[in-house]
Amino acid sequence: MTGVTAASLEIGQVVAEAGFVLSRDSLVRYAGASGDFNAIHYRDDIAKSVGLPGVLAHGMLTMGFAVQPVIDWIGDPGRILDYQVRFTRPVPVDAADGARLAVVAKVGSLDVDTVRIDLTVTFDGTTVLGKAQVRVSVA
Amino acid sequence: MSVNPQLVGRVFAPTEPYLVGREKVREFSRAVFATSPLSLDVAAARAAGYSDLVAPPTFAVVVQELTLHQLLSEPDTGIDFSRVVHGDQRFTFTRPIVAGDELIATLTVASIKSLGGHSMVTAESSIVGADGGHVVTATSTLVVRGDE
Repeated sequence: MTGVTAASLEIGQVVAEAGFVLSRDSLVRYAGASGDFNAIHYRDDIAKSVGLPGVLAHGMLTMGFAVQPVIDWIGDPGRILDYQVRFTRPVPVDAADGARLAVVAKVGSLDVDTVRIDLTVTFDGTTVLGKAQVRVSVA
Repeated sequence: MSVNPQLVGRVFAPTEPYLVGREKVREFSRAVFATSPLSLDVAAARAAGYSDLVAPPTFAVVVQELTLHQLLSEPDTGIDFSRVVHGDQRFTFTRPIVAGDELIATLTVASIKSLGGHSMVTAESSIVGADGGHVVTATSTLVVRGDE
């Protein structure tokens, strides 16, 4: 237990920050773990044939890692009560250089025993998720 | 082709039970860069009061996917899979998924909306444990792009 209580937090406070580097290996690993084998996540030729710049990260992979800094902060994945995102921008993953993403988690609102954490996830200076909100139990 | 408006309110058959494997939780955890000991170390999970490893929140998509497959296989939906983009995703938990759970998911088409030539199909998959108790609801909004 981390001993986090709503009274110890302020709206706007940054509770966690982290950087993630995705490689093509990360996408293959996520495809296998999740069962999402859509070829736009590992084949440039297929991605380009449907009008994409190249291989993209799975949106659900981005959603999956973006909440991890919050879990590390609160200390227990079972304290996540609700988690939602909107996929607003694709994340192209270069075969050689991969893709670097940054996550900032801030207190959005406070209740008696829950707190809403708002995530900002950026790639190349722009956000890739909208309305990324995590409701966390702090009881 | 446009999305069949009569889909709204349709409830699909419950899926076959999905047994959450401990190594599957570890594999998924690594894939989403999870470092919580509760998702990787059984002793740590038990010390925190869980019966086994705790899955990361988005693991629920693995079970939800079985229901989305049902939806996209339905013959009369009018949904052209090649034009589908994942718009929104939400997970609402009663409790976390733990290794050893046997999960059953039931999809309901909650709404269909039109926006600028696109159709937004919202599918809610309610996931319950072997005792029938609610675990998590996974909600996806699928954007079906209209003809350009």
